[in-house]
Amino acid sequence: MKNSIAERVADFLNRYPPFNMISSQDLLQIAKEVNIVYLEKGDTVYNQDDSFNHHFFIVRDGAINLHYTLNDSDKNLNINDVGDVFGVRPLIAKENYKHTATANEESIVYGIPIDLFQSITYNNSQVSKYLVTAFATNAYDPYTTEENSKVFVDYLPNTANDVANFQTADYTKNPVTCNAKTSLRDAAIKMSTLKIGCIIVVDDQKKPLGIITNSDIKNKIATGKFPIETEVTNIMSSPVFTGKKGLTIADAQLQMIKNSIGHLCITHDGTTNTKIIGILTHHDILVALGNSPSVILKEIKRANRTKKLRTARLKANTLLKSYLEQNIPLSHIVKIMAQINDAISFKVVEIAVNRMPTPPPTSFAWLALGSQGRHEQLLFTDQDNALIFEDVDTDKYEDTKNYFLELSKRITERLHKIGFEYCEADMMASNPEWCKSASEWQTQFKNWILQPDEKAVLLSSIFFDYNYIYGNKYLVENLTETIFNTIDNTSQFFKFLGRDAIKSPSPVGFFKKFVVEQNGEQKDLFNIKNRALMPLIDSARLLVLINKIKGINNTAERYEKMAELEPENKALYNSCAYAFKALSKFKAKQGLLHKNSGKFIALESLTKEEKLKLRRCFKPINEIQETLKYKFDL
Amino acid sequence: MLNWFKSKKKNYPDFWLEYLNHFKSKKRTIIKETRFVAFDTETTGFDRKEDRILSIGAVSITKKTIQVNQSLELYIEQDIFKPETVKIHGILKHGSLEKISEIEAIKKFLAYIKDSDLVAHHAGFDKNMVNEMLLRHNLGKLKNKFIDTGHLYNKSKHIIYRENLKEHYSLDDLCEELNVPKTDRHTATGDALITAIIFLKILSRLDKRKNLEWDYLLK
Repeated sequence: MKNSIAERVADFLNRYPPFNMISSQDLLQIAKEVNIVYLEKGDTVYNQDDSFNHHFFIVRDGAINLHYTLNDSDKNLNINDVGDVFGVRPLIAKENYKHTATANEESIVYGIPIDLFQSITYNNSQVSKYLVTAFATNAYDPYTTEENSKVFVDYLPNTANDVANFQTADYTKNPVTCNAKTSLRDAAIKMSTLKIGCIIVVDDQKKPLGIITNSDIKNKIATGKFPIETEVTNIMSSPVFTGKKGLTIADAQLQMIKNSIGHLCITHDGTTNTKIIGILTHHDILVALGNSPSVILKEIKRANRTKKLRTARLKANTLLKSYLEQNIPLSHIVKIMAQINDAISFKVVEIAVNRMPTPPPTSFAWLALGSQGRHEQLLFTDQDNALIFEDVDTDKYEDTKNYFLELSKRITERLHKIGFEYCEADMMASNPEWCKSASEWQTQFKNWILQPDEKAVLLSSIFFDYNYIYGNKYLVENLTETIFNTIDNTSQFFKFLGRDAIKSPSPVGFFKKFVVEQNGEQKDLFNIKNRALMPLIDSARLLVLINKIKGINNTAERYEKMAELEPENKALYNSCAYAFKALSKFKAKQGLLHKNSGKFIALESLTKEEKLKLRRCFKPINEIQETLKYKFDL
Repeated sequence: MLNWFKSKKKNYPDFWLEYLNHFKSKKRTIIKETRFVAFDTETTGFDRKEDRILSIGAVSITKKTIQVNQSLELYIEQDIFKPETVKIHGILKHGSLEKISEIEAIKKFLAYIKDSDLVAHHAGFDKNMVNEMLLRHNLGKLKNKFIDTGHLYNKSKHIIYRENLKEHYSLDDLCEELNVPKTDRHTATGDALITAIIFLKILSRLDKRKNLEWDYLLK
């Protein structure tokens, strides 16, 4: 029998996760069994300590307040509005409710029968992951470790089409060929000297007749089937598979998969009847798709021009995108991206040094600062860098400094070409302020630490997270040593840093509204960097400086180290590390989506589950700020 | 003469007797726990003699909850068909909807409503249409109590606003006033659900006076 109401209920459910991850047929089946519950303001759906219901709920209209009583005081957990799922505890654990759900205003909720829902979604991992996230968000025990492992895995279907697929395949022009009369031995010698994996056999008009690859030689010669002096035509694979100039990567890949081949001959008209102009290998496709970090790193190492570095860095972006989509752990992604960024910076410095008219007058070190220094730079962001050069005699100082300023200028220009924006605050080695001799730097840091002021604190976020990239490592180690020795003599600096770390208020305000920018160009946008990431970064830096932890720059790793050092705060530190990773990933995804740094987020553009995730990450921020306040008596 | 009446009564079919039977033992429970049935009909027109019911939709409300799987949605085979009303209810004479005969619809409807209090918007019209249908099949009138949401809405308004009230509130008006989404307007089941939600909303407004009594509700 037709059930129009069920259809309408299904239409509604289909707009919200996790129901939008269920097939429409299954959804209708669920919708038929839904209870539509009307609630007046103040009505309760279930009470804390009630035994579990046979339904969980989604808000259809109005808002539901989740709260719980602890030590006789009522604490608010969350307010759920239209599309929010609540009361999911029975789905995960058959135990009593841990909070009370009360209508905050006149509301209508749909009750979803748990047994039916579970039987339908039994094999749907996306759905269960979403519900675990919803559960964790509404659970007031913020650091349950068993949740942490599951919460931030992704449940979004992979819908993004890899743009690279539709790029034109970049094939090798002028492939190595031989004519039909060549002996296999000669062909093999040619392949060996040119270090190539295949050779095309062509007729006198250069039309491709066949192809000989390494595996042909292995299978047909090394096994003794043919003598080594045989003519190439005897062992070549023929006819060859061909493609036209301008073939897309996707098409090329498809043809290779379909015919289980590794090479495509590119000819003028795409058939064997015209002259060969190139060869496209499976390896070319892998490189073009950029889905291998080792390929990218190799490309960077081989690069002799800035342009090639730019291509490599763009491929790294594609790689990043696919990693994020594949749910590869963020710590792994970060390490790979850091490797790539460092390799690029290294190469840029190397190229620039080589192109200077004279070699450097003395040794120097190139430092990455800020996010790259912390190894947290996923996307192209601003370049922040500095240069230390070894102390020279006073009379040579001027010339030396000018040399390194010129070098820095060339380096930053190249980095800019590659895609790293100039730093707005001009915190780059091309600025005389950030291109100094070793002793100047030491004085500089001493001043910042011993006479902290607003400016010093501002700079601390950039300069205290430096990372050695190129040159004389000893210079950098010395500087670190000086900093830690100086810090020993003061506590005032920590207070400054601490105050800075807690200055941004909690990212979530009253009634779970995100705190958005109030004015300026970014009005009404949520600044994920300032509001969420910076408090975590600043707190982590302060903690490692106090505990004199050297050599760990990455924020998540800093928290992990702190968890080791202070087992009593382990849960908090781990949750900070986790939140940091999740937020970085979020920022990177937003950045890829909108082709910017991902710093500002338009909240309306977020899906329900994204908001859910974000909110979940904010809890540890509050906690760590509270801890710092207490520790430093702020 | 008396005998004739008696014999006719005896000829009532079982389902009608069963329906009547519900009322013999009917007791008033507290309002919150009572089952209400909100229903709506789609008809070929507004003439109770000439026009016919094409569709009946109903949902039941118990403890402020509507169970989707406990809803009723009937489409009725009719000889009378007025093309000009199709644009309102969307039911075609030979559409793909599964249709049943009028007597089948009556059986299902009565079995569904039992002795529940019925809620409808402009209840008088729906009541007349159903009663007329029952009459055509030699059955008695509906015995259920009726609650008209239009009338109830007027009562829910405070006395000082009464003079500003309209004489006649359409279902659309109430949707606007009470902020009920107008999905599926002009399908019987859709309107029944809207009526049910409107009813619950008015009830909660009336209930602000806390001791809402049956007399008041049914008056």
